[in-house]
Amino acid sequence: MRRVDSEAITLQRQGELGLWVSLLGQEAAQIGSGRALRDRDMAFPSYREHGVAWCRGIQPKELLSMFRGASNGGWDPHEHGFHLYTIVIGSQALHATGYAMGVQRDGAVGEDGTAVISYFGDGATSQGDTNEAFNFASVNNAPVVFFCQNNQWAISEPLERQSRVPIYRRAAGFGFPGVRVDGNDVLACLAVTRAALDNARTGNGPTLVEAFTYRMGAHTTNDDPTRYRDKAELDEWKAKDPILRVRRYLEANGLADEAFFTAVDEESDRVGETVRTQCRSMPDPEPLDIFHEVYAEPNVHIDQQRAEFADYLSSFEGAGAEGGR
Amino acid sequence: MGTNLTIGKAINAGLRAAMEHDPKVLMMGEDVGRLGGVFRVTDGLYKDFGADRVIDTPLAESGIVGTAIGMAMRGYRPVVEIQFDGFFFPAANQTFTQLAKMRRRSAGKLAMPVVMRIPYGGGIGAVEHHSESPEAYFQHTAGLRVVTVANPEDAYWMIQQAIRSDDPVIFLEPKRRYYEKTEVDTEASIHEVTPLGSARVARPGTDCTLLAYGPMVKTALQAAEADTDHSIEVIDVRSLSPVDYPTITASVKRTGRLVVAHEATLTGGPGAEIAARVTEECFYHLESPVIRVAAFDTPYPQSRLEEHYLPDLDRVLDGVDRAFAY
Repeated sequence: MRRVDSEAITLQRQGELGLWVSLLGQEAAQIGSGRALRDRDMAFPSYREHGVAWCRGIQPKELLSMFRGASNGGWDPHEHGFHLYTIVIGSQALHATGYAMGVQRDGAVGEDGTAVISYFGDGATSQGDTNEAFNFASVNNAPVVFFCQNNQWAISEPLERQSRVPIYRRAAGFGFPGVRVDGNDVLACLAVTRAALDNARTGNGPTLVEAFTYRMGAHTTNDDPTRYRDKAELDEWKAKDPILRVRRYLEANGLADEAFFTAVDEESDRVGETVRTQCRSMPDPEPLDIFHEVYAEPNVHIDQQRAEFADYLSSFEGAGAEGGR
Repeated sequence: MGTNLTIGKAINAGLRAAMEHDPKVLMMGEDVGRLGGVFRVTDGLYKDFGADRVIDTPLAESGIVGTAIGMAMRGYRPVVEIQFDGFFFPAANQTFTQLAKMRRRSAGKLAMPVVMRIPYGGGIGAVEHHSESPEAYFQHTAGLRVVTVANPEDAYWMIQQAIRSDDPVIFLEPKRRYYEKTEVDTEASIHEVTPLGSARVARPGTDCTLLAYGPMVKTALQAAEADTDHSIEVIDVRSLSPVDYPTITASVKRTGRLVVAHEATLTGGPGAEIAARVTEECFYHLESPVIRVAAFDTPYPQSRLEEHYLPDLDRVLDGVDRAFAY
């Protein structure tokens, strides 16, 4: 996923993507929590959850197509148990809670129950929707886990501009457990998320997990973090790089040899190559796609505008490269 | 076969019929459970369908609409009550950025069969934020259907049609008309009653078309009766998104005049859009410009002034006179 991330940044610089939102530094929080999910579970991501998407079987090209502007996210949320990316901060926490309330009504809470997880960042904890979601989930004892990746920065605003208390402690006021986990430790994230999901699926209600991590890159490819944060802070967190840490762990415990790491590197190269090729060859949608799926039912306004626009477009046929009238 | 029902009781009966028809239909909102809603529109449903299907929510409108979206993703058909028009606004983000766009964002993979019931309009002597007509915001938002009812028959059937729609429907209830009572044919088939998106000629006429919807339909009918000099055709628009233009333009092409009356403010109101469209489609048939009779471009006033603010019988007739002045 880190390779997909770096390829995507390069593709954005080359003009192939309109924007990219780097997950650099948050891989352990995302892969650890993503691997804790069962197939039937449902995840509601924000827009940086490329690692969770990977765990849910979403191909990187689907993510790229959204940031290229070729789709709004082309995957089927039901098929993957992974909702579309949500851009308006915090909105998806309520969708997750409502979905979990539906799970309750389906009688799908219990030993083999279904759990729901909502992802968001430290900035989102200031949003009303996030706090309303905490409250709705609590009073309904809904089977949902709130997974906050506290990456320390909401674009340029540090955590102290969002909260006077550690984020995990917010949960106490809403009446459910809050736990902080080392977000750069993939195994810790796996274990804590799995426990929280099991609590939810068996009917013990919501948990807030604060994965304490760091956004090592810019907020997006449009951002310049050198304007607001010190290099020393970044260097300190680079030393805690989650991928370096898991590599050291595997090496120190004799769980992987050099051949394994070589194989991983080769796989990364292949994935990178695939991502580049897929992105560059991605076709633009057809102009009349604008009118698709606005409504489930036939809509006279949309139908008329589509027909008029199709006529307008066809009036240019044969006009040559100059176009115009 | 008919039953005498008020608009409020007709919606209640329609909700009950929808819940009996489909176990996925849920009620959500503030005080919709034990109390039956502040206007009693969900009266008795909590008792008969239980707390799992008639959900008293925390007092947070964004939370209500946001969780309804999640419920819809899980296969439910939530009917959300926003207690009063002016309390919709905390839910504006969830409605405009999420609910309305979800189908298109997901390329059709996610349906949003959510109905948002909103008692709207003035005339009940209420305090601030209890008398507003926010329909233009909804009409302006792609992905939403917007309907409103003016009589018990439509109230009974349109709420059921809205619930069966796979699109999000804003269902506007004319609160000052909740207690209007007429006979409702509850034995008809939902497939045979007037479709949800259609306008209805409420009173035929030949000289001028008078458009109204929701609480203003009654006022428009009274105005048409009062004007003994002209034969006024009254059309109940019923659906503000989409608008049934064929019914409207057919009428205007016959009468040559159009007056649109609504409680929403004038500028950028539904009447403005209808006027533009009718001017395009009926230009050579019009004997006068399209006349709008609407609320003033001010915040809703204190209730002791609302009789001056709301378009009433005389202001509608004044609008008709202006149309005939050409």
